[in-house]
Amino acid sequence: MEVTRRDTMAIGGAAVISTLIPSISVASTNDLILGVTGGADAATSGIDLTAPEIAENGNTVPISVDAPGAVAVTILAAGNPLPGVATFNFGDGAGSQSATTRIRLAGTQDVIAVAKMADGSFAAVSKTVKVTIGGCGG
Amino acid sequence: MAKGVKPRVKVPKTASAGEMVTLKTLISHKMESGQRKDSDGNKIPRSIINRFTCAFNGKTVVDVEMLPAISTNPYFQFDAVIPEAGEFHFTWYDDDGSVYETKKKVEMA
Repeated sequence: MEVTRRDTMAIGGAAVISTLIPSISVASTNDLILGVTGGADAATSGIDLTAPEIAENGNTVPISVDAPGAVAVTILAAGNPLPGVATFNFGDGAGSQSATTRIRLAGTQDVIAVAKMADGSFAAVSKTVKVTIGGCGG
Repeated sequence: MAKGVKPRVKVPKTASAGEMVTLKTLISHKMESGQRKDSDGNKIPRSIINRFTCAFNGKTVVDVEMLPAISTNPYFQFDAVIPEAGEFHFTWYDDDGSVYETKKKVEMA
Protein backbone atom coordinates (compact mmCIF):
# COMPACT_ATOMS: atom_id res chain seq x y z
CA MET A 1 0.00 0.00 0.00
CA GLU A 2 1.25 3.41 -0.90
CA VAL A 3 1.43 5.84 1.99
CA THR A 4 -0.13 9.09 0.91
CA ARG A 5 0.42 12.49 2.40
CA ARG A 6 -3.04 12.32 3.91
CA ASP A 7 -2.22 9.09 5.75
CA THR A 8 0.98 10.54 7.13
CA MET A 9 -0.84 13.61 8.41
CA ALA A 10 -3.53 11.52 10.05
CA ILE A 11 -1.03 9.25 11.81
CA GLY A 12 1.17 12.14 12.87
CA GLY A 13 -1.79 14.19 14.07
CA ALA A 14 -3.22 11.32 16.10
CA ALA A 15 0.16 10.63 17.68
CA VAL A 16 0.65 14.25 18.69
CA ILE A 17 -2.83 14.52 20.16
CA SER A 18 -2.60 11.29 22.10
CA THR A 19 0.77 12.19 23.61
CA LEU A 20 -0.04 15.82 24.41
CA ILE A 21 -3.58 15.82 25.73
CA PRO A 22 -3.39 13.33 28.62
CA SER A 23 -0.29 14.89 30.15
CA ILE A 24 -1.71 18.42 30.01
CA SER A 25 -5.14 17.61 31.34
CA VAL A 26 -3.89 15.33 34.13
CA ALA A 27 -1.52 17.98 35.45
CA SER A 28 -4.06 20.76 35.36
CA THR A 29 -6.78 18.54 36.84
CA ASN A 30 -4.62 17.91 39.89
CA ASP A 31 -3.67 21.57 40.11
CA LEU A 32 -7.31 22.60 39.97
CA ILE A 33 -8.29 20.16 42.72
CA LEU A 34 -5.41 21.39 44.90
CA GLY A 35 -6.53 24.97 44.21
CA VAL A 36 -9.94 24.21 45.70
CA THR A 37 -8.67 22.19 48.66
CA GLY A 38 -5.90 24.68 49.44
CA GLY A 39 -3.18 22.08 48.95
CA ALA A 40 -4.85 19.31 50.98
CA ASP A 41 -5.15 15.86 49.45
CA ALA A 42 -8.60 14.86 48.28
CA ALA A 43 -10.08 11.41 48.73
CA THR A 44 -11.36 9.68 45.63
CA SER A 45 -14.48 8.16 47.18
CA GLY A 46 -17.52 9.80 48.70
CA ILE A 47 -18.49 11.85 45.71
CA ASP A 48 -20.25 10.87 42.54
CA LEU A 49 -20.32 12.87 39.32
CA THR A 50 -22.70 12.00 36.52
CA ALA A 51 -21.86 13.45 33.13
CA PRO A 52 -22.47 12.22 29.61
CA GLU A 53 -19.58 10.43 27.91
CA ILE A 54 -20.26 12.31 24.70
CA ALA A 55 -21.99 15.69 24.58
CA GLU A 56 -23.07 16.79 21.14
CA ASN A 57 -23.53 20.39 22.12
CA GLY A 58 -21.02 21.93 24.51
CA ASN A 59 -23.40 24.81 25.20
CA THR A 60 -25.55 22.76 27.50
CA VAL A 61 -24.12 19.63 29.08
CA PRO A 62 -26.23 18.12 31.87
CA ILE A 63 -24.24 17.08 34.94
CA SER A 64 -25.18 15.92 38.43
CA VAL A 65 -23.17 15.56 41.59
CA ASP A 66 -23.97 13.57 44.68
CA ALA A 67 -21.75 13.91 47.73
CA PRO A 68 -23.38 12.66 50.94
CA GLY A 69 -22.15 14.64 53.93
CA ALA A 70 -20.68 17.50 51.92
CA VAL A 71 -21.15 21.13 52.87
CA ALA A 72 -20.03 22.45 49.49
CA VAL A 73 -19.32 21.04 46.05
CA THR A 74 -17.26 22.93 43.47
CA ILE A 75 -17.53 22.05 39.78
CA LEU A 76 -14.57 22.77 37.50
CA ALA A 77 -14.01 22.31 33.79
CA ALA A 78 -10.28 21.83 33.16
CA GLY A 79 -10.35 22.75 29.47
CA ASN A 80 -12.47 25.90 29.59
CA PRO A 81 -10.92 29.37 29.21
CA LEU A 82 -12.07 29.96 32.79
CA PRO A 83 -12.04 26.64 34.67
CA GLY A 84 -14.56 27.60 37.36
CA VAL A 85 -18.15 26.50 36.77
CA ALA A 86 -20.12 26.71 40.00
CA THR A 87 -20.05 26.10 43.73
CA PHE A 88 -23.02 24.56 45.50
CA ASN A 89 -23.25 25.36 49.21
CA PHE A 90 -25.72 23.07 50.95
CA GLY A 91 -27.64 24.48 53.90
CA ASP A 92 -29.61 22.95 56.78
CA GLY A 93 -32.72 22.64 54.67
CA ALA A 94 -31.10 20.46 52.02
CA GLY A 95 -32.60 17.00 51.69
CA SER A 96 -29.50 15.50 50.12
CA GLN A 97 -26.14 16.83 49.04
CA SER A 98 -26.88 16.37 45.38
CA ALA A 99 -27.67 18.74 42.56
CA THR A 100 -28.14 18.77 38.81
CA THR A 101 -27.40 21.60 36.42
CA ARG A 102 -26.32 22.32 32.86
CA ILE A 103 -22.89 23.63 31.99
CA ARG A 104 -20.87 24.93 29.04
CA LEU A 105 -17.80 23.08 27.84
CA ALA A 106 -15.37 24.57 25.31
CA GLY A 107 -14.25 21.17 24.04
CA THR A 108 -13.44 17.61 25.03
CA GLN A 109 -12.09 17.77 28.56
CA ASP A 110 -12.28 16.63 32.16
CA VAL A 111 -15.11 17.84 34.36
CA ILE A 112 -14.09 17.85 38.01
CA ALA A 113 -16.18 17.91 41.16
CA VAL A 114 -14.58 18.64 44.52
CA ALA A 115 -16.61 18.19 47.69
CA LYS A 116 -15.80 19.80 51.01
CA MET A 117 -17.03 17.49 53.73
CA ALA A 118 -18.45 18.59 57.08
CA ASP A 119 -15.27 17.44 58.87
CA GLY A 120 -13.07 19.63 56.64
CA SER A 121 -11.74 16.84 54.41
CA PHE A 122 -12.12 16.85 50.65
CA ALA A 123 -13.19 14.37 48.01
CA ALA A 124 -12.73 14.79 44.29
CA VAL A 125 -13.77 13.02 41.15
CA SER A 126 -13.26 13.79 37.48
CA LYS A 127 -14.88 12.57 34.33
CA THR A 128 -13.93 13.04 30.70
CA VAL A 129 -16.64 14.43 28.46
CA LYS A 130 -16.21 14.38 24.69
CA VAL A 131 -17.68 17.47 23.11
CA THR A 132 -18.55 17.63 19.42
CA ILE A 133 -19.38 21.36 19.23
CA GLY A 134 -17.72 23.63 21.77
CA GLY A 135 -19.78 26.03 23.81
CA CYS A 136 -17.72 29.12 24.47
CA GLY A 137 -18.13 31.21 21.35
CA GLY A 138 -14.67 32.31 20.34
CA MET B 1 -32.48 44.63 34.32
CA ALA B 2 -31.92 42.16 31.55
CA LYS B 3 -34.90 41.66 29.30
CA GLY B 4 -37.26 38.72 29.40
CA VAL B 5 -36.00 37.17 32.61
CA LYS B 6 -38.64 34.79 33.83
CA PRO B 7 -38.07 32.44 36.76
CA ARG B 8 -39.88 29.13 36.77
CA VAL B 9 -39.86 26.68 39.66
CA LYS B 10 -41.46 23.32 40.21
CA VAL B 11 -42.40 22.63 43.82
CA PRO B 12 -44.99 20.15 45.14
CA LYS B 13 -48.06 21.90 46.57
CA THR B 14 -48.32 19.56 49.53
CA ALA B 15 -45.90 17.39 51.48
CA SER B 16 -45.88 15.40 54.70
CA ALA B 17 -43.71 16.55 57.61
CA GLY B 18 -40.09 15.51 57.18
CA GLU B 19 -40.58 14.53 53.56
CA MET B 20 -37.76 15.02 51.08
CA VAL B 21 -38.88 16.74 47.91
CA THR B 22 -37.07 17.43 44.66
CA LEU B 23 -37.17 21.01 43.41
CA LYS B 24 -36.50 22.11 39.87
CA THR B 25 -35.77 25.69 38.88
CA LEU B 26 -35.19 27.34 35.55
CA ILE B 27 -34.72 31.01 34.80
CA SER B 28 -34.59 32.43 31.29
CA HIS B 29 -31.41 34.42 30.97
CA LYS B 30 -28.84 34.85 28.18
CA MET B 31 -25.86 34.22 30.49
CA GLU B 32 -23.46 36.12 28.24
CA SER B 33 -20.11 34.52 29.09
CA GLY B 34 -17.80 37.44 28.22
CA GLN B 35 -15.87 35.11 25.88
CA ARG B 36 -17.90 35.66 22.72
CA LYS B 37 -17.13 38.29 20.11
CA ASP B 38 -19.62 40.20 17.97
CA SER B 39 -19.36 40.52 14.18
CA ASP B 40 -16.84 43.39 14.50
CA GLY B 41 -14.53 41.31 16.70
CA ASN B 42 -15.32 43.20 19.89
CA LYS B 43 -15.81 41.20 23.05
CA ILE B 44 -19.39 41.07 24.25
CA PRO B 45 -19.22 42.00 27.95
CA ARG B 46 -20.09 39.39 30.55
CA SER B 47 -23.63 39.49 31.84
CA ILE B 48 -24.68 36.49 33.89
CA ILE B 49 -26.59 35.55 36.98
CA ASN B 50 -23.82 34.99 39.51
CA ARG B 51 -25.70 33.59 42.49
CA PHE B 52 -28.81 31.55 43.18
CA THR B 53 -30.24 30.79 46.59
CA CYS B 54 -33.15 28.75 47.83
CA ALA B 55 -34.44 28.91 51.39
CA PHE B 56 -37.38 27.31 53.19
CA ASN B 57 -38.84 29.43 56.01
CA GLY B 58 -35.53 31.29 56.18
CA LYS B 59 -33.43 28.11 56.35
CA THR B 60 -30.95 27.79 53.47
CA VAL B 61 -31.38 24.80 51.19
CA VAL B 62 -28.74 25.66 48.60
CA ASP B 63 -26.65 28.68 47.79
CA VAL B 64 -25.00 28.38 44.39
CA GLU B 65 -22.18 30.59 43.12
CA MET B 66 -22.32 30.65 39.34
CA LEU B 67 -19.56 31.41 36.85
CA PRO B 68 -19.81 31.96 33.08
CA ALA B 69 -19.61 28.21 32.36
CA ILE B 70 -23.23 27.79 33.49
CA SER B 71 -25.48 27.35 30.46
CA THR B 72 -28.00 29.79 29.08
CA ASN B 73 -31.27 29.60 31.03
CA PRO B 74 -29.67 28.18 34.18
CA TYR B 75 -31.37 25.06 35.44
CA PHE B 76 -31.00 23.53 38.90
CA GLN B 77 -32.42 20.46 40.48
CA PHE B 78 -31.88 19.64 44.14
CA ASP B 79 -33.58 18.14 47.20
CA ALA B 80 -35.04 19.79 50.27
CA VAL B 81 -36.53 18.47 53.49
CA ILE B 82 -39.87 19.96 54.51
CA PRO B 83 -40.23 19.93 58.31
CA GLU B 84 -43.42 22.00 58.45
CA ALA B 85 -45.76 24.01 56.25
CA GLY B 86 -44.14 27.09 54.87
CA GLU B 87 -42.74 28.88 51.90
CA PHE B 88 -39.81 28.36 49.56
CA HIS B 89 -38.01 31.54 48.64
CA PHE B 90 -35.94 31.44 45.43
CA THR B 91 -33.59 34.31 44.61
CA TRP B 92 -31.34 34.94 41.61
CA TYR B 93 -28.71 37.71 41.61
CA ASP B 94 -27.76 39.26 38.27
CA ASP B 95 -24.35 40.81 37.42
CA ASP B 96 -26.15 44.11 36.75
CA GLY B 97 -27.45 44.25 40.31
CA SER B 98 -31.00 43.12 39.64
CA VAL B 99 -32.51 40.47 41.86
CA TYR B 100 -35.19 38.09 40.64
CA GLU B 101 -37.36 36.44 43.23
CA THR B 102 -40.13 33.94 43.38
CA LYS B 103 -41.94 32.23 46.26
CA LYS B 104 -43.86 28.97 46.52
CA LYS B 105 -46.02 27.83 49.41
CA VAL B 106 -46.07 24.22 50.58
CA GLU B 107 -48.90 22.89 52.71
CA MET B 108 -49.02 19.83 54.91
CA ALA B 109 -50.71 16.85 53.29
